[in-house]
Amino acid sequence: MKVTDKDVAYVADLANLELSEQERAAMLRDLNSILDYVDRLNELDTSDVAPMAQVSDRYGVDVSKQGSERFAYASREDVVEGLRKSLPHAEALANAPDADEDFFRVPKVIER
Amino acid sequence: MDLTSLTIDAARAAIQQRKTTAFALAEAHYARIQQQDGQIGAFLTLSKDRALEQADRIDRMAAEGKPLPPLGGVPVGIKDVMSTRGLRTTAGSKILENYVPPYDCTAVARMEAAGAVVLGKMNCDEFAMGSSNENSAYRPVRNPRDLSRVPGGSSGGSAAALAADMAVVTLGSDTGGSIRQPASFCGVVGLMPTYGRVSRYGLIAFASSLDHIGPLAKSVKDAAIVLRTIAGRDPMDSTSAEVPAPDYVAELDKPVRGMKLGVAKEYFGEGLDAEVRQAVESAIDKLRTLGCEIVPVSLPHTPYAIPTYYVIATAEASANLARFDGVRYSHRARGVKTLSEMYRRSRDEGFGAEVKRRIMLGTYALSAGYYDAYYLKAQKVRTLLTRDFDEAFRKVDAIVTPTSPTAAFRLGEKSNDPLAMYLADIYTVTADLAGIPGISIPCGETKEKLPIGLQILGKHFDEGTILRLAHSYEETSKSHSAAGS
Repeated sequence: MKVTDKDVAYVADLANLELSEQERAAMLRDLNSILDYVDRLNELDTSDVAPMAQVSDRYGVDVSKQGSERFAYASREDVVEGLRKSLPHAEALANAPDADEDFFRVPKVIER
Repeated sequence: MDLTSLTIDAARAAIQQRKTTAFALAEAHYARIQQQDGQIGAFLTLSKDRALEQADRIDRMAAEGKPLPPLGGVPVGIKDVMSTRGLRTTAGSKILENYVPPYDCTAVARMEAAGAVVLGKMNCDEFAMGSSNENSAYRPVRNPRDLSRVPGGSSGGSAAALAADMAVVTLGSDTGGSIRQPASFCGVVGLMPTYGRVSRYGLIAFASSLDHIGPLAKSVKDAAIVLRTIAGRDPMDSTSAEVPAPDYVAELDKPVRGMKLGVAKEYFGEGLDAEVRQAVESAIDKLRTLGCEIVPVSLPHTPYAIPTYYVIATAEASANLARFDGVRYSHRARGVKTLSEMYRRSRDEGFGAEVKRRIMLGTYALSAGYYDAYYLKAQKVRTLLTRDFDEAFRKVDAIVTPTSPTAAFRLGEKSNDPLAMYLADIYTVTADLAGIPGISIPCGETKEKLPIGLQILGKHFDEGTILRLAHSYEETSKSHSAAGS
């Protein structure tokens, strides 16, 4: 077993999930089974292989350009309302579970 | 004229020539939805006001004799992971049950600007996480070809709606196979474009380095028309590429003779259903008779694609889904005393089991002490998988494979075994990881009359070639079945 009860509790805490007893037991079983399967990646020697975080730095760009130059087409001036207008106040608050006229309202922040 | 079985061009022409109206076309589809969707469950929300307003606009254009835009009056469905201004967008999740986006997804905006009539939002697995549509928080979708079976996922509603003639075309999203696998299960066409080809602005993010938007359609030409509509750079999405998009429809009729098609043994191994194998092999034979040369290629890292995918996709998902905290939007738990309790209980009540499982797996893979062993390792294997394709595409123009190892399975068959469910994507995840385009087209049926899908994979930004091959195959099998009947 790679993942223990303690790990499940720790990771749930990191992920801001409150899991029931039952969910924790199922999670323990599923995570171990999936990670066992993932372990087959260790059959491959990747010591000389560069990690790939995304596709778009290699394909569809001018690879003769270096670093951020390669993505110059995707950058823009840092100006207010550059690409689109900001949402009107009321619209931005419309989906909030709780808000007053100006702000999102949340429970009092108390030390965790 | 049967109003619910038209192609895009036929529908537009009929409206233009005043043989019908966009209004009548929309009404006919709503009637069909009313009649069929109770048992199928493809739609989560209908947008009749929005649809009829657009239909009216198109009908006025036709009445004035103005040429209609490419999708003028065409009834479409949008997977419910794409934001629609003023129209509820749930991502198939309870956590967004009451979410009404304040803006439109670029792909949807481009469809509507081209005249499309949005009928409603399509059911899907919660946050597009699933291969059977059983993870929808609202209801599972059933396969119109056999109601005891799944339509595939996660774009199950988008595929099922076409198989049941409840829309002309739909938009789906593909992160590990979510357009192509349901297209295969429902007997329709599904196209995942190259990463960066179609803007994801307004798409509710699952795994940002893997998410794609693309069309599902009843014909290859319709898929090409939709791709032509939604493709191209969008300044609102910095990952949308600055690569000019050709006229995909004009590409369709170019010859396929002399094209080199790769066949990789890794896609025909253990786990492939015998009937699926047979149908795909005879489809490859048909492509050979069209003048294509079949070339064996090797994609040796294929067996590592599923574990690579599940580490990268869940890691990215755990970060993307952190935004659902019950503050600005999304469900908030009642009776909570502290902010921290509010986050936890809101997420706990709002997310379903598979979404929690993936958030946990992804958080674990990114956590201190495990980052190198899982996340970094998977990113390195992703490089190897991508190199496999680079190598193969030095020798061939496209690669043909089965879309899925089996035809549609039964509801409940895999829902208690996450790993077995993940393996349904074994032939599709590789293209998402490498960022190459892929299309699934129908290539026959099992003895039980379940559709089988042929997948054609292409080079980066070369959708033209795979569309052309798919179109040629479709034309041949059409004339074949017409001759045989």
